[in-house]
Amino acid sequence: MTAGGKNARTAEIDPALLEYIEQIVTAKIAERIEAGGQAEQSEEQPGKTGTSDRATLVVFSSDMDKLMASFVIATGAASMGMKVSMYFAFWGLGVLKKKSVFRNKSITEKLMTLMLPCGTNGLNVSKMNMMGMGPAFFKHVMREKKISTLPELMNVAKEMGVRMIACQMSMEVMGIKQEDLLDGLDYGGVATYLADARDSKITLFI
Amino acid sequence: MTNKSLDCKQLNCPMPIVKISQAMKEMSAGETLEVEATDAAFQADLTAWVKQMGHELVEFSSGPIQRAIIKKGQATKK
Repeated sequence: MTAGGKNARTAEIDPALLEYIEQIVTAKIAERIEAGGQAEQSEEQPGKTGTSDRATLVVFSSDMDKLMASFVIATGAASMGMKVSMYFAFWGLGVLKKKSVFRNKSITEKLMTLMLPCGTNGLNVSKMNMMGMGPAFFKHVMREKKISTLPELMNVAKEMGVRMIACQMSMEVMGIKQEDLLDGLDYGGVATYLADARDSKITLFI
Repeated sequence: MTNKSLDCKQLNCPMPIVKISQAMKEMSAGETLEVEATDAAFQADLTAWVKQMGHELVEFSSGPIQRAIIKKGQATKK
């Protein structure tokens, strides 16, 4: 009875109006889905593994050996189906730099930019640095032993969906702007790290 | 016969595991993958990885070139 009544009422409405309503509703739903999907994506982006297994690394050091260890662990964890996030803070930010930009920076920021290592070149090693000869020596040994280089490991990590987050506060201190850094990075602070670390089975400070 | 084979010779940690995990992603449950590797930690790493991911290590032979056959598990951990 009621269903029949509803139908009867629908029939009374102008079909053009119905179509108009339908259009608006569809557009709104699509909008919602897109917004929801995006939010979900940014949350699930790391690795898209869908497990609660997470590894969270704080990369603080700019030493080549420590960075290599960080990326070996990150790629290894990603291979084991873990969601991996790497938080780069202070000296660790240097490896994420693609270029040193001096424009629109204060004197202190320019100085910092000049002194900080940029990318994977010019990094020191934590032991046996030998006034800068250490890194060349290690690179040579590693090439001989066919061990993946730092840039290679970084590429693998990227391909595997390892999330890399630059610490905003460190960027401020170091005079680093987003334009200095590689593309495809996320930006965050201590809460971003802690929210991640809280759900992680592994969290390391390197 | 295995469904797929992978050459990980001359590769060092973590690359064999990285390559295997990538290859496994494109396979379906029950399929087998043959891997050859020279990494000294290969057996230890592979055993741990297989256990973690829910796959099965069907065969392993050591030597200068290590050979492993891995069967993709049914309920693999994603």
